[in-house]
Amino acid sequence: MKANCWMGKQKVEVRDVPDPQILNSGDAIVRITSTAICGSDLHLYNGYVKPMKKGDILGHEFMGEVVEVGSGVRTLKVGDRVVVPFTIACGACWQCRHQNWSLCENSNPNVALAEKMLGHSGSAGFGYSHLTGGFAGGQAEYARVPFADVGPLKIENGFSDEQVLFLSDILPTGYMGAEMCDIRPGDTVAVWGCGPVGLFAIMSARLLGAERVIAIDRFEYRLEMARQCGAETLNYETVDSVSDAVIELTAGRGPDSCIDAVGLEAHGDGLEYAVDKAKQALKIENDRPIALRQAITACRNGGTVSVIGVYGGLVDALPMGTVMNRSLTIKSGQCHVHRYMRPLLEHIENGDIDPTVVITHRMKLSDAPRGYDIFLNKQDGCEKVVLST
Amino acid sequence: MLQVSRSITVNCPREAAYEFWRDFENLPRFMQHLQSVTSAGNGLSHWVVKAPAGQEVEWDAELVDERPNERLAWRSAPGSDVEHEGSVQFRDAPGDRGTEIRVELRYDPPAGVIGSKVAKLFGEEPSQQVRDDLRRFKQVMEIGEVVLSEGSLEGVGEGPFKERPAQPPQPREMQR
Repeated sequence: MKANCWMGKQKVEVRDVPDPQILNSGDAIVRITSTAICGSDLHLYNGYVKPMKKGDILGHEFMGEVVEVGSGVRTLKVGDRVVVPFTIACGACWQCRHQNWSLCENSNPNVALAEKMLGHSGSAGFGYSHLTGGFAGGQAEYARVPFADVGPLKIENGFSDEQVLFLSDILPTGYMGAEMCDIRPGDTVAVWGCGPVGLFAIMSARLLGAERVIAIDRFEYRLEMARQCGAETLNYETVDSVSDAVIELTAGRGPDSCIDAVGLEAHGDGLEYAVDKAKQALKIENDRPIALRQAITACRNGGTVSVIGVYGGLVDALPMGTVMNRSLTIKSGQCHVHRYMRPLLEHIENGDIDPTVVITHRMKLSDAPRGYDIFLNKQDGCEKVVLST
Repeated sequence: MLQVSRSITVNCPREAAYEFWRDFENLPRFMQHLQSVTSAGNGLSHWVVKAPAGQEVEWDAELVDERPNERLAWRSAPGSDVEHEGSVQFRDAPGDRGTEIRVELRYDPPAGVIGSKVAKLFGEEPSQQVRDDLRRFKQVMEIGEVVLSEGSLEGVGEGPFKERPAQPPQPREMQR
């Protein structure tokens, strides 16, 4: 089959690879109809999330049709149409039983490495480095899906691929970012980053009752999309201090909650950005937490900072004094996708959320390398690339 | 001498964890260095380990402590090539958190060829190996099998340096 493979820093190639095989009894093989490039794929592309091996198949947002099931699969059958959550969860461990699917204790074979880097391991994921298990990803014609009775959501009504594809990751991730804000009437939520996850966080914050949403980015086309989703916007390149500007927009209070939908490759102006970038180049800091620092600084006293942007390792100069002295709560996590797929499908069905609005580019799988390039470089108004097989 | 103590929490009843372990023939399902364990009745068993270069090292072991749902202990029979003893304790974890399992293993390989083979089995990080074995035990108890990924066709414990790319194996790789 054809699959999009990581071949080195900023190098991906669509190559011929062997077809997937059933490796565990609970596996299914899915013929992929639609798959997408995620902002977090760019962290792999740019070499910030490791370790990668030449030939790793990328991709963790995919859907398709079941073509084979393992001997232990009970609920899925050949011909079922499914969306696959990006987190791989066993459904049997204590964390899965408590709905903390992205903390599954069994799915990651590389648990030892993750424990060394993170203290404990989270769940495995598709196509997301060997730190999360070395599972082949879904930017391919076929994929093996472990724990097929646990993760995949069957799509039985006449939804198009584009309507339901993002249930695999970015819609639940944005929604969880807003849910962690515990939004109350009258709340203002600020969202750093107007990529697809940021846009879904904006839509979700509105859905969950936020009075105002303030969206922060530097690309005018992305800010325009944020406005379409119901946010007021701030282009951070037009202000001296982002946190001052956000505090001013809320008459000195600060937003009740701040969502970091940027993560470890944040951009910014001036010395802070230059110092973090230099530290990354020297490998003395893995992540650039610029958006996170601003979110913490701007947040109202006693408010919540919700972190859904991806971080990989160590960050410097995190303003912990601000967190402590101002009674802030930091909530974060890889999305517990399994928890949100069904309720969000209902929201799509009811017309509360239209996930298709984030799509700007539709390509064939064979165009994946070009998709990565324009997505990384924000060319041609690129917000979200969907690949079809 | 090689001595390791490690523990893990498994989401299963204490009785189930004990019963599984009590049948030593199950041990190779999660202890990577074991090729086979054959029970001979009366608490006696025959253990075969995979040594480097395709060779085998073997010994007889006897059960020396058996407290149902609490503790098992075993040791190699007197005069074995490898002096080995091990024990496992089973305890309820607090709340609804399953069962805590603590394993202690001691190998005292003799000097010479067999000794160095046994020492090599555990590599440079015996403690990590036992931890990996317990991870596999947890997988077997909670989901019934060891989880494999395209990168780790042997499952837990290969480590990122031994891993292959996250790409489906060739059919011939699976026949091995």
